[in-house]
Amino acid sequence: MSIDLSMFHRTFFEESGEGLSLMESGLLGLRDGAEDADTVNAVFRAAHSIKGGAGTFGFTAIAQLTHSMETLLDEVRSQARRADGELVDLLLFGVDALGSLLRSAERGEAPDMTEVDPIRQALEAMVQQGGSRPPLPAEPVPAAPAAARIVVDIAPHPELFASGNDPYRLLRELEALGRCDTEVFTDRLPGFHEMDPEVAYLRWRVVVHTGASERDVADVFEWVTDQCDVQITATPATPVAGPAAAEPAAIAKPVRAAAGTDHGQAGSIRVKTEKIDALINLVGELVITQSMLGELGQHFDMTRLEALREGLAQLERNTRELQENVIGIRMVPVGLAFSRFPRMVHDVSRQLKKDVQLTLSGEQTELDKTVIERIGDPLVHLVRNALDHGIESPEVRSAQGKPAQGRVALNAFHRGGEIFIEVSDDGNGLDKARIRRKAEARGLVAAGEPVADERLYDLIFEPGFSTADTVSDLSGRGVGMDVVRSNIKELGGTVGVRTRPGLGTTFTIRLPLTLAILDGQLLRIAGQTFVAPLVSMVETVRVNPAMVGRVAGQAELYRLRDEYLPVLRPQRLFGLPGREAPLHESLLMVVEADGRRAGMLVDELTAQQQVVIKSLETNFRPVPGLSGATILGDGTVALILDVAGVMGLGLDRGEPPVAAAA
Amino acid sequence: MPSILTVDDSASMRQLVGFTLKSAGYDVVEAADGQEALSVARTRGVQLVLTDVNMPNMDGISLTRELRALPTYKFTPILLLTTESAPEKKLQGKAAGATGWLVKPFNPEQLLATVKKVLG
Repeated sequence: MSIDLSMFHRTFFEESGEGLSLMESGLLGLRDGAEDADTVNAVFRAAHSIKGGAGTFGFTAIAQLTHSMETLLDEVRSQARRADGELVDLLLFGVDALGSLLRSAERGEAPDMTEVDPIRQALEAMVQQGGSRPPLPAEPVPAAPAAARIVVDIAPHPELFASGNDPYRLLRELEALGRCDTEVFTDRLPGFHEMDPEVAYLRWRVVVHTGASERDVADVFEWVTDQCDVQITATPATPVAGPAAAEPAAIAKPVRAAAGTDHGQAGSIRVKTEKIDALINLVGELVITQSMLGELGQHFDMTRLEALREGLAQLERNTRELQENVIGIRMVPVGLAFSRFPRMVHDVSRQLKKDVQLTLSGEQTELDKTVIERIGDPLVHLVRNALDHGIESPEVRSAQGKPAQGRVALNAFHRGGEIFIEVSDDGNGLDKARIRRKAEARGLVAAGEPVADERLYDLIFEPGFSTADTVSDLSGRGVGMDVVRSNIKELGGTVGVRTRPGLGTTFTIRLPLTLAILDGQLLRIAGQTFVAPLVSMVETVRVNPAMVGRVAGQAELYRLRDEYLPVLRPQRLFGLPGREAPLHESLLMVVEADGRRAGMLVDELTAQQQVVIKSLETNFRPVPGLSGATILGDGTVALILDVAGVMGLGLDRGEPPVAAAA
Repeated sequence: MPSILTVDDSASMRQLVGFTLKSAGYDVVEAADGQEALSVARTRGVQLVLTDVNMPNMDGISLTRELRALPTYKFTPILLLTTESAPEKKLQGKAAGATGWLVKPFNPEQLLATVKKVLG
């Protein structure tokens, strides 16, 4: 039978990728001095599995490289070797090299050995020099002359059956080698009443007439050498031209991936079985509801109206649960995005000669897979910034009375339908004076103009705004916080910063749970239906015209209890035609975004419902103040308000009738 | 057709072994570690167990020992999937009651030949 091994490659690459991250985090754990057996075992197992798979699937270079790593780890495991810094660093290089080999194998390219070979050699040298036994050379097998007649005496030990072995199997295999003359000896057989059916009593002498070698015969008994006395006597009769020499050892033939097979970025996702089982259950319930409603529809009269209502309510419940579960399939733990940081912090802080401890928390928080994939770069940037600009050198820290070891923390949590990711450090904090100078130099702030701290700090997200004195090798490089902010914005999220001079900085990223569905409030403005995201709504009040005032002839403000809220008039901002509704007939919807609040004038609130977001950018073009569109139950299209964007239109650029995008 | 329990923590190896054996017409049950295999083995009978050695939770050697302690698995063939680099594992496996072994890396043909050797 021929089986195309390439069909298992995808799984092999996926699990090897997981194995690699496991090895990396395990090795970094060892570095921290905790040489615990579980970690070593887990790292060893990961290497062992990658090696086994690579050998089986014909990725020789990967198998070779993992072999040395596995040997070293096995020695650590059996305490024949200490996991010192040198070893761990070398193994980490090994992990990198493996990663690059795996990636090229996945793309079906020939591996670039120029980087891999030195690491492999270093690993092999380490294996040689250590207190390790040399790798067992494959036993050279003398090609035994093939015999015409081989006599085999077989005397099983009494306990042969206890290992699941069976003399019958041995005889069967001998017969497969050639014609057998078999003789059985019953001399060890006890009397019937003393006989134990679980004990092997019989002996055999088999004369095999075969072209096979003595070694082939010995191989039959390979599994039972310790449970069976076997004597093999060959009588080389006429010299046989021996093609029957030992067959090549078990080496899997490398199997080439079929040309043109794309192992590239096919997006796949691993889903826990429970999630799938839950879905199957829900679909089952849906089918029941459907058949119930179907039956109801066939014999419907008004007496059964209540049953119809119940059925529809059940359908709604089923649909909602199904929807939540289907979205849940796309949800993966944020730990996947965090996993690269222990290594990065380790490498970068060494490069910077800083001592930094990284703490991760909330790794189990689940986020949409697309978000996880795309949040990586912004996070890397924030963490690098923290290491580079945030955390001070150990000397400076000690001089300031802080612990010499700095701390960087990544924390994820779920609150109010949003995911929060915080990147915090206990470093120096943002330098207010320097930001101010820079902002004035760039004309973002007038000299002497009073600016609230938060707004000033927020300026670091402006394009081209970098405060580092020297553009370092790590961060800087022109890619700034503005890219971080725009990346996060693309994901429908926001990023803000809090800082305390001398004590540290925290960046907070807020992300929507999923990109595809939004809990929306339908509302009407100038005769059109819009959708506002429920998360950004605080409350809605009927407008009391007496509470509307103007400050210095500029912005309109609404006095709500003790708070003055800037008033947003979407009808004007979007340039919608028609007469504006009189104030006393309008509603003031209090909204919140980017840490600011405002009151938005709307004509009417209608239903609350979940809406599927369709991108305006891909289907039309980006429009300021709108984050997308959706299709309502009756088939009409409604635009989804981008609350932060509407605030931007109404508050930041003075008095703006904006009709369309630039 | 006889049913075979295959135990490996590596999904690609499980897929390879499972697919090969199924293609040859065997009934295949899969488990990701010794613990899982043991609970599968307790609920149903199989005619052959193929197990990896290095696995989390319960390794293949402990699994062999546990299975041998069950009356229904006293004589069931148990094969270890070992690597060339670990000859001592074969001995440990034998001591625990394993029937034999198959050395990794192997190809589907070798796997089927070995299974056939045991099941006849």
